Amino acid sequence: MLTFYRRLYPFKAIFNWLNHEHAPSKLFNQREFAFTLAGDVYLRYQSFNSHDDLKKQVCQLNPTRFEIGPVYSSKPRDKKTARAGGFHPIMRELVFDIDMTDYDPIRTCCSGAGICKRCWAFISAAVHVLDTAIREQFGYEQLLWVYSGRRGIHLWISDKEAMELTDQQRKALVGWLTVIQGGGKESKKLSIRSGMRSLPPSLQSILEHLAVVFSELILADQNCFGDKEGGETLLQLIPDAGVVVALRKLWSDDPSRHSEDRWQDFKAQIRSCDKGSQQRLNLTAAMEDIIIQYTYPRLDAEVSKHRNHLLKAPFCVHPKTGRICVPVNPKTIDDFDPETVPTVGQLLRELDETQVTTEGEQGEGRPAVADWSRTSLKSYVEMLDNHAKEIMGEFRKEKRAAADESW
Amino acid sequence: MFKGGEKKFTLNDSGSPHVGQHGFLKYPTRLNFYDDAPLFDISIEEFETAAIDRLRILAEIESSAARNRTWEELKTVTNAQCVKYLPLNSNTAKNNDIESERRKDHLGHFILRLAFCRSEDLRRRFIKAETTLFKVRYEGDVFSEREQFLSSRDFNWVPVTKAEKQEHWNELLSSYYGSKIEAERKKAFESEKYYKVKWTRVPDLVEKRRVFLAGGWAFVPGREQSSIIYHEFEVHIEKALEMTARMLPRLDEDTRLMPILDNLSQGFLAGISSEWSNPAGENPDELKAEMIDDLSKKHFPMCMKTLHDNLMRDNHLKHFGRLQYGLFLKVLGLPIEEAIVFWRKSFSRMTDDKFNKEHKYNIRHSYGLEGKRANYPAKSCLQILTPGPSDHGCPYRHYSAENLQSALLSTYSQSGLTSADLPEIMAQVKAGHFHVACTRVFEITHSFRGVKKGEGIGGGESVTHPNQYAARSMELDKPQVEGDAMVIEA
Repeated sequence: MLTFYRRLYPFKAIFNWLNHEHAPSKLFNQREFAFTLAGDVYLRYQSFNSHDDLKKQVCQLNPTRFEIGPVYSSKPRDKKTARAGGFHPIMRELVFDIDMTDYDPIRTCCSGAGICKRCWAFISAAVHVLDTAIREQFGYEQLLWVYSGRRGIHLWISDKEAMELTDQQRKALVGWLTVIQGGGKESKKLSIRSGMRSLPPSLQSILEHLAVVFSELILADQNCFGDKEGGETLLQLIPDAGVVVALRKLWSDDPSRHSEDRWQDFKAQIRSCDKGSQQRLNLTAAMEDIIIQYTYPRLDAEVSKHRNHLLKAPFCVHPKTGRICVPVNPKTIDDFDPETVPTVGQLLRELDETQVTTEGEQGEGRPAVADWSRTSLKSYVEMLDNHAKEIMGEFRKEKRAAADESW
Repeated sequence: MFKGGEKKFTLNDSGSPHVGQHGFLKYPTRLNFYDDAPLFDISIEEFETAAIDRLRILAEIESSAARNRTWEELKTVTNAQCVKYLPLNSNTAKNNDIESERRKDHLGHFILRLAFCRSEDLRRRFIKAETTLFKVRYEGDVFSEREQFLSSRDFNWVPVTKAEKQEHWNELLSSYYGSKIEAERKKAFESEKYYKVKWTRVPDLVEKRRVFLAGGWAFVPGREQSSIIYHEFEVHIEKALEMTARMLPRLDEDTRLMPILDNLSQGFLAGISSEWSNPAGENPDELKAEMIDDLSKKHFPMCMKTLHDNLMRDNHLKHFGRLQYGLFLKVLGLPIEEAIVFWRKSFSRMTDDKFNKEHKYNIRHSYGLEGKRANYPAKSCLQILTPGPSDHGCPYRHYSAENLQSALLSTYSQSGLTSADLPEIMAQVKAGHFHVACTRVFEITHSFRGVKKGEGIGGGESVTHPNQYAARSMELDKPQVEGDAMVIEA
């Protein structure tokens, strides 16, 4: 672990990403870091002046993981000396957390902590939807997706406006994006059509994409309605008693009928209604609702609502799996396989192996290249570096524009 | 920076040499965003009335929220209160006092700003109440005047052009709320004017998905325009309050103002409401949530007073404390609605959600409205004496000698208890006669009402129930009030 922090962890890249410019600003040194040490010791309100400072402390404490919090109105480590009431969060990346546990009721391949390539498809569908929604509807550009190390994914948005959102605005944004509500008990968990028959435009635009995902993932792969129980679940979502009875009768003879066939049966029932009739409209709406309920992102809303929520830093090691929390490119998310993410053990082995060869060539002295670039961590660090570069470029532009205006 | 100070001077120093006559502000519209501080001379009386009258209205709005009034009810109540204390007529009203009405409104707002800028909690509540008041007024405003008000300010919105509307026609139409009849909705939509603002300015509409978003811009239909204005108002007041808070310590204050401001903010905390300040209006015997604090100081026995003080201090009580105190209040005559209001206000740090989930049921239960619907009696002294030591037992029994003495002195010294009385009380406590000690305290603290030693709570009876104590104390207080009134009349 210590070797990982000492030689591999990209402190510099993390610093650039959080700080938005080269010279340390309050974005970094008034930022809260929280360490989880061995034996469940939790250390909050740490802050640092530079990435070297942070690295020193991390190497000294050797935490199992650490988390990044908001930028406060003064340095978190001087919290006690701050005026009463004068210490509060002022800025924070807008963050999202999607976790596989929220999908447990609808995935059939694994459950609980387990994850495989197949259930990753749920996550990648969610990423698609969220990524487009944020970019197109809210106009944010600096998005960083980070694999959480086990069965979830985090999103960090670093746009200036996003950083400055108040808790109330965050709550509103989450409300806009949240479609699926309620616990495991109710079968129908959608709240989208308030007083209207048609879907809100934000959902209408992604429905087409979700329909594709639905047929591939839910019907073909996961086969969610493929047994008696699954069939019942589907029936509960259909608002028309006549159709339900007809389908139940049809399926009772064939309890292991495949989901795809069942879905076709349902569609056939819809087609048998008169075009333009109220019944048909209701059923079509129900069909759309089912598609959305099964494929729309399920967000952990509490994470996004409050600025002071802590979230695990990228490139930390997941304590259970040993995998690194690496950045993920949303464009190639479909090909991402969580099982190919390097673990800390693997990286250290790679380091040892290359060590031998480089030692032979260079002899003594510091290696010319950073250690991480000799391991499979390379591409991921570069990804963060590029992302940070983009943010810094944007930041410089803004700064220059602001300076121009003031003239 | 100077402005704050200057404002202050003009407000309080009617004869101040620092500021000359600034002339009266013109108030072209009924609605006011309160951008500029009032810069005119006023008397200290005017200062106080303007503040108290406005405070009454805000307090009413606050308790409306605690009482779960609907928006319509709240509007009616608030409007009624406004007519009474702070009339604000539209331009069309044949009333030549419009100018002074608006002046008072303006003034009251700024005085309360000074009073309520001082803590985060006060600021939050003030903003909430003020915004509600603004909403009530905005909704009740005459159309032409509202238009005039809107055009008088730059709200920084971009009108959506025809081409843009055309471009997003379908999206806009599907998120347009209106008549249930499709054709009517379409028609209304076609003539609807749209405005573009950054989505962060209409978070409430975004949360409910009532607008269309593209690239961070929210397309707000004209009918939802008010949402932008309310948010603008809120943000505006919030900023102004924070500014005032920073300014306040630097004010060169003469001693006339701070006590008034202190009183005002405390009045808000305790929730002075109109009913309580003039009990002549409604049934004066009925207890209101707002009266409890005052009553506890005058009439409660020490056990209940301790509970009350703890509740006020911590904004919380443990379960048995709540039970004991709640039942006591019930028997005292606090109706259930008021009890809910009282507890809601007391648990000020709790969210509405948590309160409704965890406490409302228990309160209703203790009033026999839930569960087995038993009419629970309040705990008697005997019951209070039995449980182990805690903050909700009998202080005479559970406190150590030193604690009891200092508590007695700090609680009752204003009512006439002196350290000379302590040895006698302590002797009774040592002997285990807690009732007697409590009764003796009653006698001493009510001696100014003519209660003599040995008389107890009437006819030599000693205290066996906290409600007995409080009831007798309040009874003694009554004729006295009438007596006072007569003195004034004479």
